[in-house]
Amino acid sequence: MLEVVDLECVRGERRLFQGLNFTLDKGELLYVHGPNGSGKTTLLRTLCGLALPEAGEIRWRGQNIRRLGEDYHREMAYVGHLNGVKDELTAFENLQVVGQLAGVSDSGERAVAALRRMGLSACVELPGKALSQGQKRRAALARLLLAPMALWIMDEPFNALDVKAVEMIQTMLSEHLDGGGMVVLTTHQEVEIINRRARHIHLGS
Amino acid sequence: MWAALRCVVMRDLTLAMRRRADVLTTLFFFVIVVSLFPLGVGPDMNTLRLMGPGVVWVAALLASMLSLGRLFSADYSDGTLEQMVLAPQPLAVLVLGKIAAHWLVSGVPLVLIAPLLGVQYGLSAQALEILVVTLLLGTPVLSLIGAVGAALTLGLRGGGVLVSLLVLPLYIPVLIFGAGAVEAGVTGLGAEAHLSLLGAFLVPALIFAPWATGWALKISME
Repeated sequence: MLEVVDLECVRGERRLFQGLNFTLDKGELLYVHGPNGSGKTTLLRTLCGLALPEAGEIRWRGQNIRRLGEDYHREMAYVGHLNGVKDELTAFENLQVVGQLAGVSDSGERAVAALRRMGLSACVELPGKALSQGQKRRAALARLLLAPMALWIMDEPFNALDVKAVEMIQTMLSEHLDGGGMVVLTTHQEVEIINRRARHIHLGS
Repeated sequence: MWAALRCVVMRDLTLAMRRRADVLTTLFFFVIVVSLFPLGVGPDMNTLRLMGPGVVWVAALLASMLSLGRLFSADYSDGTLEQMVLAPQPLAVLVLGKIAAHWLVSGVPLVLIAPLLGVQYGLSAQALEILVVTLLLGTPVLSLIGAVGAALTLGLRGGGVLVSLLVLPLYIPVLIFGAGAVEAGVTGLGAEAHLSLLGAFLVPALIFAPWATGWALKISME
């Protein structure tokens, strides 16, 4: 499904990694490990098409993601360091915009359902600036529930989350994997998702 | 595609309504710059009448420049721009939506208030009419060209100054034909030729600027 062939990434003048190969199939989870500055975020941004690799290729269902463009984006969701929650819009409006852009027809209902699932029922009508860091993170993660995406790419998803929310995300991840989804994630926290098909990549070693 | 365009326009208009101070600063800047000239030059009606259209147009260029910084920078720093680039929609369409909203918020108010300011310069009703039409045709071009510059300088230190160096020279043709149309109309030469040229700037800008802006945004995001 997701194939990475001989990937090389460079940041500034420094080569972060080269000759990276892996494949990710339905229902598989990929952990990206590595110390600070080893290129985890760059790898994730390259995987979702935000950054260009120096060499190598990323293929989705056998085709280069550059060529697929929007067709790839329709099946991929990215939660980065930035939450992508606007301070001036309410939590609901924030999610509704994402849903509409993703082409979801009943984006309003789905937005409410996603917020409720993330334990933000009380914050639906609150503006982004009234949310705490953890609540913003939850709202960012609620994006994953708006439309069925096959591949989730998550950069430090557990940052700022409390224990209960971490458990919630773990459940969400295993449900997604059980349903044939794929996940690529980085985390410094010791979070174990019960899944036999978890793979690991160590960068910077 | 149309749904996505409408969604982005509505989103940016909502944001502008909740940050009204930003919108008003552009408008007040325009009003103040235009009003400073009669105070500085003196009350000689013939001089003022001659320079009126030019002053209004230069002020419109500067006001439009001033508002460019807001076009992408807020979305860039909170990560919503990243999400837009990754949305399963043509980026040029989303960018066009953002530019359209930017024009509605920062261009249209200038067009509406310009006749009132023109009165300070003793412009005739005919001249004011042409001035409004030129601004209506010209300000969208300013927003479209400006968007390319704003996208290219996104995330750079001192991007505000850089964007003016990049964009102001490109505004020159719009300025020449915008201010020239009023002049030509008043002297009886007819403003049609100038207005057609302004229209001729608008069409290619409308087609190419969103595409170029999307491309520039992708480069800036890397």
